[in-house]
Amino acid sequence: MAETQTRDVNSVRYTVVFATVVCVVCAALIAVAAVLTKPGQVANALLYKEKNVLLAAGLVEPGSKVTTAQVEAIFKQQVQARLVDLATGELLPEGGADARRYNQRGARDDPATSRVAPVNSAGVRRLPNQGIVYVIKKGEAVDQIVIAIEGLGMWGTIYGFMALAPDGNTIRGLTYYDQRETPGLGGEIANPTWQALWRGRKAFDAQWNIGIQVIKGQAGPPETDPMHVDGLSGSTVTSKAITQLVRFWLGDQGYGKFLKKFREGAPA
Amino acid sequence: MSAVPGETLPVAARPASAFGPRQRAILLDPVLLNNPIGVQVLGICSALAVTTSVAKALVMSAGVILVTMLSNLAVSLVRNHTPSSIRIIVQLSIIATLVIVFDQVLKATLYELSLELSVFVGLIITNCIVLGRAEGFAMSNPPWESALDGLGNGLGYSVVLVLVGILRELLGAGKVLGFTILPQVKDGGWYEPNGLMLLAPSALFIIGLLVWALRTWKPQLQEKS
Repeated sequence: MAETQTRDVNSVRYTVVFATVVCVVCAALIAVAAVLTKPGQVANALLYKEKNVLLAAGLVEPGSKVTTAQVEAIFKQQVQARLVDLATGELLPEGGADARRYNQRGARDDPATSRVAPVNSAGVRRLPNQGIVYVIKKGEAVDQIVIAIEGLGMWGTIYGFMALAPDGNTIRGLTYYDQRETPGLGGEIANPTWQALWRGRKAFDAQWNIGIQVIKGQAGPPETDPMHVDGLSGSTVTSKAITQLVRFWLGDQGYGKFLKKFREGAPA
Repeated sequence: MSAVPGETLPVAARPASAFGPRQRAILLDPVLLNNPIGVQVLGICSALAVTTSVAKALVMSAGVILVTMLSNLAVSLVRNHTPSSIRIIVQLSIIATLVIVFDQVLKATLYELSLELSVFVGLIITNCIVLGRAEGFAMSNPPWESALDGLGNGLGYSVVLVLVGILRELLGAGKVLGFTILPQVKDGGWYEPNGLMLLAPSALFIIGLLVWALRTWKPQLQEKS
């Protein structure tokens, strides 16, 4: 070292003090950055979530830039957020809580607004009492509904949306907006090309048993092979998790009761 | 590392000069002649992962430039006070802090791009270029020159990244920065995109060709066998 040392920088005591100072300074910098960027991050996350509702419904193109104003305009025109009592499948009356700002994740974790989920293979531990449904209209008629789905993937919980046609069976689209699967392998569930494979497939068979499933290998076109979706190579765990979580939310523990009422013509 | 920077650089004739020939060499050498990817073959991992589109490559480049420059500066500022037994972990703490701050800012501004870059922003921490410059240069050089060295190496990394990004996006999707250059068949054009270009191995081929081109152009870069 070029400069004269006034202290012995290699003494144990100095080393410990120096390490502590470095840690405190670094931690302080990160804390400041986290606090300053939080409002922007929260706003972006919400915008991204609602964009994914519209993506699932095919109302915006994948890869397009969508501003908050555009999302607001589409929501105002066509989309209505509603809450469903998952246990009974009843839509809650409008005008109660602001359904659009309903925090399903928060509600799920709060014992006052959730319950322990029955044993299931989707990795869902707690169930919120209420689930969000986005009702999308074309003119006056209901064109499709979007439900929220989640479940345990390989590395963490996968959150997404699924759009269903008025028959309560035909899948209009599917998106995942928050997932931690392996980039390039399981992470491909976020790839619009793969998500597009779900379009036009059927969730239920003729007896209204849940039939949709991610298979190993390639599925046929939706017309001839309506209940299978191509598996993702190199990501068996993620593919299975997707099957399980989609089936869970279509089932009676999830939105199943609501979907039954919906397809039988209950007003939405 | 074969070439130790500082060895071949002109010695500062007048230490008072803030940007003399030595500083210019520190800044510009790593951009081409001592390019961290092309010559030293460092930082390949992220170069494969984030070059499918130019936008991704640009954001990643910005991150690496900022982090190498500021970490070199910070490491150099404390270099005479850093106990040598914990110097690597101190360097890593500084680098990690800068990367996390960059990631947070990215999430608050370019949210969707940050999702696409996913783990690779966080992985700047383990980018060998950053730690290599901190340990190999900033620990033994004054702050100003260290910052220049970090900037230069960041730029060298970026040049390759953006070049590979342009080639991959152009050949893989017929676009550059999202603007259509070669209209694709599926959109009614004539270009059938090369799907391989969107996969990681194509970056390996492109970088290999770049290294070849660089060494053919500058034969002094070839190792004597």
